[in-house]
Amino acid sequence: MKFDTPAGTNPIDRMRVVGQPTARIDGPLKVSGKAPYAYEHHDVPGKPAYGYVVGAAIAKGAIRSIDTAQAERAPGVITVVTHRNAGKLGKGRMNTANLLGGPRVEHYHQAIAVVVAETFEQARAAAAMIDVDYARDGGTFDLAAAKTGAAEQGGENAPTAVGDFEGAFASAPVKLDATYTTPDQSHSMMEPHATIAQWDGDGVTVWTSNQMVAWGKKELAATLQIAPEKVRLVSPYIGGGFGGKLFLRSDVVMASLASRAAKRPVKVALQRPLIPNNTTHRPATIQRIRVGCSRDGKITAIGHESWSGNLPDGDLETATMQTKLLYAGPNRMTAMRLAVLDLPEGNAMRAPGEAPGLMALEIAMDEMAEKLGMDPVKFRVINDTQVDPEKPDRPFSQRNLVRCLEDGAKRFGWSRRKAPGQTRDGRWLVGMGVAAAFRNNLNQKSAARVRLNASGQVTVETDMTDIGTGSYTIIAQTAAEMLGVPLAKVSVKLGDSAFPAAAGSGGQWGANSSTAGVYAACVKLREQVVQSLGFGQGEATFENGTVRVGNRSADLAQAAKAGELIAEDAMEYGDLAKKFQQSTFGGHFVEVGVDRYTGEVRVRRMLAVCAAGRILNPTSARSQVIGAMTMGVGGALMEELAVDKRFGFFVNHDLAGYEVPVHMDIPHQEVVFLDEADDKVSPMKAKGVGELGLCGVGAAVANAIYNATGVRIRDYPITLDKHLDKLGDVA
Amino acid sequence: MTEGCGAISRRDVLKTSAAGAAIAGSLGPGGMAMAQAGANAPPHMPVRMEVNGKPVSLDLDTRTTLLDALREHLKFTGTKKGCDHGQCGACTVIVNGRRINSCLTLAVMHEGDTVTTIEGLGTPDNLHPMQAAFVAHDGYQCGYCTPGQICSAVSVLEEIRAGIPSHVTQDIGKAPAMTTTEMRERMSGNICRCGAYSNIAEAMADVAGVKAEGVKA
Repeated sequence: MKFDTPAGTNPIDRMRVVGQPTARIDGPLKVSGKAPYAYEHHDVPGKPAYGYVVGAAIAKGAIRSIDTAQAERAPGVITVVTHRNAGKLGKGRMNTANLLGGPRVEHYHQAIAVVVAETFEQARAAAAMIDVDYARDGGTFDLAAAKTGAAEQGGENAPTAVGDFEGAFASAPVKLDATYTTPDQSHSMMEPHATIAQWDGDGVTVWTSNQMVAWGKKELAATLQIAPEKVRLVSPYIGGGFGGKLFLRSDVVMASLASRAAKRPVKVALQRPLIPNNTTHRPATIQRIRVGCSRDGKITAIGHESWSGNLPDGDLETATMQTKLLYAGPNRMTAMRLAVLDLPEGNAMRAPGEAPGLMALEIAMDEMAEKLGMDPVKFRVINDTQVDPEKPDRPFSQRNLVRCLEDGAKRFGWSRRKAPGQTRDGRWLVGMGVAAAFRNNLNQKSAARVRLNASGQVTVETDMTDIGTGSYTIIAQTAAEMLGVPLAKVSVKLGDSAFPAAAGSGGQWGANSSTAGVYAACVKLREQVVQSLGFGQGEATFENGTVRVGNRSADLAQAAKAGELIAEDAMEYGDLAKKFQQSTFGGHFVEVGVDRYTGEVRVRRMLAVCAAGRILNPTSARSQVIGAMTMGVGGALMEELAVDKRFGFFVNHDLAGYEVPVHMDIPHQEVVFLDEADDKVSPMKAKGVGELGLCGVGAAVANAIYNATGVRIRDYPITLDKHLDKLGDVA
Repeated sequence: MTEGCGAISRRDVLKTSAAGAAIAGSLGPGGMAMAQAGANAPPHMPVRMEVNGKPVSLDLDTRTTLLDALREHLKFTGTKKGCDHGQCGACTVIVNGRRINSCLTLAVMHEGDTVTTIEGLGTPDNLHPMQAAFVAHDGYQCGYCTPGQICSAVSVLEEIRAGIPSHVTQDIGKAPAMTTTEMRERMSGNICRCGAYSNIAEAMADVAGVKAEGVKA
């Protein structure tokens, strides 16, 4: 099915199941420990052996020699796989560095060996016996130092310019020119990257934890240099990803190589201390923002430049993207430059681009509002645009940013906000901050298969993944709505490459795209049902387990009496996304307290008002947003991979050193969804929400801190050492 | 650490330690002998425990953590390995009525102990009230930290009821109040990267029969 004209009325609009705050259908399994994650598939035939990965101890250079003899003789050891005996390997299109290093080492903790033993304890002990002699090369590890050599990129990452930015900025009566920095960040999902691999002849099955089943299958085949149909990838439950499990990672490759060598199933989980350097991270940015305004607060010039680094052939962090679309202004420019660094591979982390981009832009907006003597909500409202500012004949499909901000301000008690440093609560300096949230809606082709059996049970099969996003539940809701059955009549099978290829979970495209694919398959199944019942032409109604055409009706189950009905289809997209800019919007409001003695920041209240089309399940969508708000607090206050600029690695490479928010850091969070349905995006009329929730949060926290203290920090995370000496006398 | 400890060099000892600080630390001087053992089979010990009301008897490599005994030997899928270093709380289980990080304790230290994992609290068809509250309040997303959160949450309410003070208890001479602030403080060793904290606080308040702070009436 192709979606190329705006959606008319369809069965989803009934919203009897879709749009209801339904508890997750996979909830009982998750809360009782019965949902099997990658390392827990005890039904894999054969006794698995255990793999333990060895990471390179240098950032760049070569392995002169690797002595595995002692490890191979150690108790229980079956084999040790290194570059010397792994066979020829390819590299996935989406990987920058090789997943098995050696003799060349491309980054610190790049996997260079996997030790396979009968038990985990034996593999771990033997891994410590491997003796590696490295030839260490010098490298470039400091983004600030490498900034001058950074280069512009082409294609969609090329610089943009409209009007005369330089001239308009120079002549603007009120202007801001400020530089902001965001650090490298780690996804740090709770489930380590883990895989059980088993070969059957020349084909391999991997039970793993991957957001994108179809990508993973293709990339593993490319890496192992086998045909894609020789790979089956199974990933029914995923313990968090946030972009860190979008791509094939070393656990899959090492388990596959280990299993081939050991001739039995092998399970590998990346040890937590390996993860931040072995896998990907969100790259650090340096961002310069210039805004010029007339005295009445209209933006006349807006410019955003960003610098980030990556390994050779890596991509840049697209931190200026939202600035092309978020605010009006006739004269504008963006530019992104990429420096070559020898730190581990940078890649997508939740809301890549917008997350760090808005951390900078939305502080800049706060600073500019202050220069203008204007309320920061009002400043954003008067610079709203209903069209793509670079192409004014291209409207947004739907844009309710102003309502998000104004509604949020009212709910949050924004009118009580005072000038910086003016609100006290005992030892606490109290402040409120606001930021806009913005993230594009992306649609991806997505397929599904729907089965109806003689007892009226509906089964959906698709390789879509649920990374905590609620896919199981919204897919069941979609099928239930389309076929007019209660939720209990639908079972959902996900995360198996044997099923039709879905959109997967990334770029906040999963919910809308995957349910649209299920919609397409259900449309086909409805046709089969009507045909099977012999109801002929006419509009069919599916409700309460009954099918009606004209004055004829029958139980849905009747249609499958003679045999199971199976329908498969995909949803594909025409050019509506070209004609209409499809985006999601929000307003984040935060209140913080800053301890005037210690500089410690505590978040006291948080509110997000979001406009993201139809909300398929307000319960799981709200959880996406509060979770993203939590990650935003982390980005504002604590998350930073500290770079060792001498040896080129992230020093705080575990969950003790890389700090993320804990229970005590997060207050009760409020989320409001505007009642919307966007007919330009899909028959579901829904847009993504999982990344929107993170966009702007960091800046809202930063702006609240400024409002509390009067001290502006432009360098994330805002740890207390950065403002403590400026908080003034406490005596 | 001294030079000349048998045939083993300081470098070998350091390498062994690097394999797992917790393990090396727990071995003490005997650790060197073990590192030296080379091709000899690693020492095993029998251990008997009661897990979720059932007696179990295992013969384990003494380096096996309680977590790996539960996951890899007894095939319980609920107790999760998030970090294996006591940093995340995903492996929380209840031993003799107290929650612990099962990754930070060797299984053979638990001879005769009573262990409750998430599977021992309730089943999908017969959920413990805390499990049911997590479903009702959507106190999770990916679900990986969830069993540990629930084991902690059940224990936290009991710790407050038992009068055990925390860092946020205003007056440690008095019984701590059943507040979401007390709960949040005590739950802070259980990381949820999906960020379900606000919902978990409400699930716990629900089970405790109190109102979560900050929630509008």
